[in-house]
Amino acid sequence: MIDIRKLTKTYTRSQQQVHALYDVSIKIEAGSFAAVTGPSGSGKTTLLLSLGGLIQPSKGAVNFNGQNLYSLSPSQLASFRNRTIGFVLQTFNLVPYLTAVENVMLPMLPLGGNGADLKKQAVNLLDRLGLSDRKDFFPRELSIGQQQRVAIARALANEPDVILADEPTGNLDPALAEEILDVLEDLNKNRSKTVILVTHSPQASARAGIVLKLREGMLVS
Amino acid sequence: MVFSFRTIILREIVQRKGRMISGLMAITLGIAVIVAIQSVTSVSRQVVAKKLDLLGANIMVLPQGATIDDYYTADVDAPTFPEEYVERIVTSMIPGVDNMSPKLSRRIKIDGSSVILTGILPMKELASKPIWQASGLIGAELELACAPSENKESSLTEADLKAVRKIVDSLRNDEIWVGSSIAERFNVKTGSIFPIEGQTFEVTHMLPETGTIDDNRIFAHLHVVQKLLGIEGQVSNIEIMGCCSEISDGLLGKLRNILPDTRITTIGHIVNTQLETNRLMAKVALVLLVIIILVGSFSIGNYMWANVEERRKEIGTLITIGWGRRHIYWMFFAKAVMLGLAGGILGYLVGTSAAVILGPYLAGLNIDPVLNYLWWSILVAVMIALAGSWYPIYRAARIDPAIIMQEI
Repeated sequence: MIDIRKLTKTYTRSQQQVHALYDVSIKIEAGSFAAVTGPSGSGKTTLLLSLGGLIQPSKGAVNFNGQNLYSLSPSQLASFRNRTIGFVLQTFNLVPYLTAVENVMLPMLPLGGNGADLKKQAVNLLDRLGLSDRKDFFPRELSIGQQQRVAIARALANEPDVILADEPTGNLDPALAEEILDVLEDLNKNRSKTVILVTHSPQASARAGIVLKLREGMLVS
Repeated sequence: MVFSFRTIILREIVQRKGRMISGLMAITLGIAVIVAIQSVTSVSRQVVAKKLDLLGANIMVLPQGATIDDYYTADVDAPTFPEEYVERIVTSMIPGVDNMSPKLSRRIKIDGSSVILTGILPMKELASKPIWQASGLIGAELELACAPSENKESSLTEADLKAVRKIVDSLRNDEIWVGSSIAERFNVKTGSIFPIEGQTFEVTHMLPETGTIDDNRIFAHLHVVQKLLGIEGQVSNIEIMGCCSEISDGLLGKLRNILPDTRITTIGHIVNTQLETNRLMAKVALVLLVIIILVGSFSIGNYMWANVEERRKEIGTLITIGWGRRHIYWMFFAKAVMLGLAGGILGYLVGTSAAVILGPYLAGLNIDPVLNYLWWSILVAVMIALAGSWYPIYRAARIDPAIIMQEI
């Protein structure tokens, strides 16, 4: 279970304090599909970064199964992210000089292991996402939809419990967006992954079991 | 190839090789210059040491007006001083003088061709040059007043030192020895009769080629040469074999006291020009090394900085997916080491090739590759690469992934 308690993140801009998040408390059960919505600047990305252990909150705590993320050392936090969280980003962020399968293997490298076995796992993941025939393609040789599916495969590389997706359909046309949402929904329903989705899209939030609305850094529903 | 951190480094280097080459060039050229200078200096040092070995005697007494720019020609056409100075040194009982060989040298014309006529005294003249010994010109072993001192520059063994300190035991008044160049020019052989200034001499020895002015010398008995030149009782220099320990204890000063109108110097002084050149080369190499370290570090640092900036999004992504700082450090430091390795090896190859190819033309030296310089080149290049890279790498490991996501 993810337990966010009284989370506040304050930035100082032009000598003024701005609350990106203010006193946000949320509980998300394992295996949930949650969508975080709200207008631009409402604190969606800040919430996602806080959940991913990527930004130090000003106040409050983020607990994963009772473990406060921000009590961990930087290396423990990196290891936690590597094993527990899979990130899917709006612009995919694939490494351009690596092939699809090599991109999928990137999160596996810090854990070590036999190279051939790691490659087999990565190929299996690509196969599950319908990309087995594109495994040796470089990102520039893939369509946008295929690139996002490679990014999802990369997020699943270490079999994380939680998928954090930042506007995963933001760069896709409606048909491709449906395709990617199907993949995420499948991961949630059939593989019991907790999916937390930041989105502007009503189409995306309609798939979620929980919809969290943020406005000016505060949870409004 | 199995996918690993190394694959990522190599793939990235190949992907962005244009910028990498400019950074690598700075290290490569810098190392090449150092290796080339060191190769030339090292050989030059050996050549000077070899010359010192070949000279045998280590103190020279010259007239006050003589020039000492070059040992081999210092005695030629120099003003003269009395031969009795030899006796003066002997009777003074100054310790540390093992042997003295007085000489008189003058340029003369034979059939319109310039040669150097050098008078030497048998039983006094040191057969100091190993090639003279090879020609069978050595006689009795010289009794030394002291053991030969250690000469760090010298490549001679103790047995060699014993061998060089032998004297020429026989040179009759009607005999001459001729240098290789004279023999070739005048087409003379052992046993040939050779006229000099109206007197005939028998060629009893042909000296092997030395590559020095000695090849253009005719050696005859000192007293015969004095008569031929009309300057009896005069010599142009005295070569002295002195104990190195006594030299350092003031032997030169003692000799100057009894021979005030002469110029007394050591071989070290005479070959000073060459030694100074070598020292200058070493200093130049050191200055260049410092410049190269600075320029190379800056160049590599600049490249790594640009590389980190260009890869901010990529580094942010890697941190986001769970790479720790140590993985980022490892990736960039390994890249710096690879660049250093490549720069060191390439620099060594380019520098050594330049020295081997250009050495004979520019410095008159035949230069062989020195494998030891390869290890030094790699070490220096890797250190330059690491020194230049540490700050960009430090920054890379501290890229805030949150900023990367907010930039989206």
